[in-house]
Amino acid sequence: MSASALQPPSEQLKIVIVGHVDHGKSTFVGRLFHDTGSLPEGKLEQLRAVAERRGVPFEWANLMDALQSERDQNITIDTAQIWFHTAKRQYVIIDAPGHKEFLKNMVTGAANAEAALLLIDAHEGVQENSRRHGYLLNLLGIRQIAVLVNKMDLENYSEARFRQVEAEYRAWLKTIGIEPKVFIPIAAKHGDNIASPSPAMPWWNGPTVLQTLDEFKVTDLPVTQPLRFVIQDVYRFDERRILAGRVESGTLRVGDRLLFSPSNKTSTVKTVERWNAPSRDFASAGESIGITLTEQIFVERGAVAALESAPPYELTRLQARVFWLGRKPLVKGRPYKIKLTTQEAECQVEAIERVIDASTLETVARDPKETYVGRHEVGELTLRLRKAIAFDVHAEIPVTGRFVLVDGLEVTGGGIVAAGNYPRRTADASLKSDNLYWSQGKVTAEHRARRNGHGGCVIWLTGLSGAGKSTIAMELERELFNMGKQTYVLDGDNIRHGLCSDLAFSPRDRRENIRRVGEVAKLFADAGFICVTAFISPYRADRLLVRNMLQPGQFIEVHVHAPLEVCAQRDPKGLYAKARAHEIKEFTGVTAPYEAPEKPEITLDTDSLNVAACVSRILEFLHIRDHETEISI
Amino acid sequence: MDYLDKLENQSIYIMREAFHKFENLAMLWSIGKDSTVLLWLARKAFFGHVPFPLVHVDTTYKIPSMIEYRDRLVREWKLDLVVGKNEEVLKEGRTYPNGRATRVECCGTLKKDALKAVLEKHGYTGVIVGVRRDEEPTRAKERYFSPRDKNMEWNVEDQPPELWDQFKTDFEKGTHIRIHPLLHWTELNIWEYIARENMPIIPLYFANAKGERYRSIGCYPCTFPIKSNARTVPEIIEELRRTKTPERAGRAQDKESEDAFEKLRRDGYM
Repeated sequence: MSASALQPPSEQLKIVIVGHVDHGKSTFVGRLFHDTGSLPEGKLEQLRAVAERRGVPFEWANLMDALQSERDQNITIDTAQIWFHTAKRQYVIIDAPGHKEFLKNMVTGAANAEAALLLIDAHEGVQENSRRHGYLLNLLGIRQIAVLVNKMDLENYSEARFRQVEAEYRAWLKTIGIEPKVFIPIAAKHGDNIASPSPAMPWWNGPTVLQTLDEFKVTDLPVTQPLRFVIQDVYRFDERRILAGRVESGTLRVGDRLLFSPSNKTSTVKTVERWNAPSRDFASAGESIGITLTEQIFVERGAVAALESAPPYELTRLQARVFWLGRKPLVKGRPYKIKLTTQEAECQVEAIERVIDASTLETVARDPKETYVGRHEVGELTLRLRKAIAFDVHAEIPVTGRFVLVDGLEVTGGGIVAAGNYPRRTADASLKSDNLYWSQGKVTAEHRARRNGHGGCVIWLTGLSGAGKSTIAMELERELFNMGKQTYVLDGDNIRHGLCSDLAFSPRDRRENIRRVGEVAKLFADAGFICVTAFISPYRADRLLVRNMLQPGQFIEVHVHAPLEVCAQRDPKGLYAKARAHEIKEFTGVTAPYEAPEKPEITLDTDSLNVAACVSRILEFLHIRDHETEISI
Repeated sequence: MDYLDKLENQSIYIMREAFHKFENLAMLWSIGKDSTVLLWLARKAFFGHVPFPLVHVDTTYKIPSMIEYRDRLVREWKLDLVVGKNEEVLKEGRTYPNGRATRVECCGTLKKDALKAVLEKHGYTGVIVGVRRDEEPTRAKERYFSPRDKNMEWNVEDQPPELWDQFKTDFEKGTHIRIHPLLHWTELNIWEYIARENMPIIPLYFANAKGERYRSIGCYPCTFPIKSNARTVPEIIEELRRTKTPERAGRAQDKESEDAFEKLRRDGYM
């Protein structure tokens, strides 16, 4: 379309070409490319010359199959993307292959498309992958489909044969709820009904393929659906904290009160951040932006922000329809990883309700005790997660209602969240009873870290009595626990009364006390826990001893600081009063020294910060260590 | 949201995913239009910052103004630049311009091996690269997150599925990943974006007094200008909308054999 190519393309439509192997997809694409005048200069001649040199007939399909291995196998092995224009717009064609072995490539192509052309060989008729691809297109959310009945030349351009194939395939599509836009008889090899009406099929008065393509609509971004702003990362620079992410659906505005799931915290949008773009105080679906908040709450990657009036579900269990691509079947009792938006969690199949053969729609009969979802099958199942994640039902908000499953290191399945009778969120208490345990052979620190999503470490709170160590420790533990982290607090209550009940408060006993606490904390860190300790631990040398027991970076010293007068005034346990009355000997800060840390990882001034702010600071520090997302110049 | 906005937002998303997933991440910068757009997009993604080093593989045969241009942007945009060079082969003079290697062999040592060495030296596990699917057929097969094994080889027959912006992010130790945020862009899109953003671009792309410009830039012995009178970005866009000549037509190393580029790529070429 050289004349129209001078107009700026106002829009781009992504299409996918699917169908059974050898039903002519690559040939069709080659021909389409030629007929729209989109071939690079010399390409056709080059390929004709190559064919001649090899002594084989020229094939239109070779335009797409440029890779050596493909020419050898004569199968398109991967989704190739090419571009062409019509008068209306630019198209991206994804040439998805039909060979069963390469279904994951077809899925990759189709998941990225807005419309599909499905080819059926008029001679061979409807085949296994004609049906399976139709089913998967529907599952992947593609609603605009045209069916091309190809190789009409092999059937003498017979209308009767065309109507026969149409009737059969239309009936199948109806059973899975698809209404195709149109069926078109074509002969890709000769260009019939592709760019212009076929003289060989005067009985056909329907549209050509190009006309049909131009009638497809570019998918609207889900701007009118409820807001889902998914956090990718938190960046800090110039003393500002920017929550970076993409608005997946709806619209976000400055001043909106946002609810962050699954932490269930709220704050208000202060600014919408962009670089080298017109300043606007809102952002809509599809935009990768950043925001700042009026109140600083702890938010990390994976959080989903919504308006309080329409939040997502936050649960540890969901029902789904999963198509499986793994070489090993999907089974109960094996740990998988679910990735939904930027959230990740370990999960397990709790129940397999039904296994479906996507090319027949029949239920696959299996022993209920040993049921599994095999490769290229579809399973209706219940997933149980190790921590709550935020999600929606696919039919309501697709972008937060679809996910992939990872088996070991490989992405091996995709799924959509089915409608269910879900409560809105899992109560914090039930998280505890939902904790699953799966044993493994030789368990290394790396295994533990991979499962937990964090490494083990010791957060060592030090400071005067009454500075706030225990209060912070308990709140930090609660927060970490709710975020699905492995955590435990060591403090005077669970150590002094048991492990160290034989020790008093002399410098020597204090030193031994801290050494034992240090050893226990180290065991917890080795076990993969974020261990929080709350001890006065007044001597630098003792704290250094513990620091040296641990790997570099594993010991996080937190100076919980408040002026002595303030601590004495707080005096939660009445100890300062007793010390002044000489009822307690060697009381730190009064009758015994406190050696403040010289270079603590974190200092918390509890005279000016509240508990939530202190906890936030520690969480942020952990986040930086995990992900190294701090930006500085 | 127009189609350029869609391309931009998708690229920003991919770049942020890469930044989160890889502790030791770098970006290849060839000084050309694509990787300079990539650099611009990084500044978009990270609000004016470029939070990872840029790797430039210098063959010493680059068109001289490329190096001047590179060093100027490094200063002005405060970039962290890492330069890779195959000193050994250069010292021994086993290069194409010296007549002691074929074009493809020369690319293999001065680009591919030099890249491999610089990535290994700094231990980068993730590398952001500005390749596009429409450049040539081999690149059409790429994924956004594309694993390379210990020998930097690309297993094109068995690539991970990529759906709904969920990329492969779990790997064996020793694997390294190429990340391709521009994969879905076309050459025309690149220029339309340069125009829209009013961003700087190396002047080699604009026609000189002799009526010649570079459409693709690289080493001077193997990269040739095309006949053109396009002196501005809008003129280049207009020219591209009419042309049917492939973008890499001025790259001699692609033509040595039918599958020269494919072989280089499997072995770890960009």
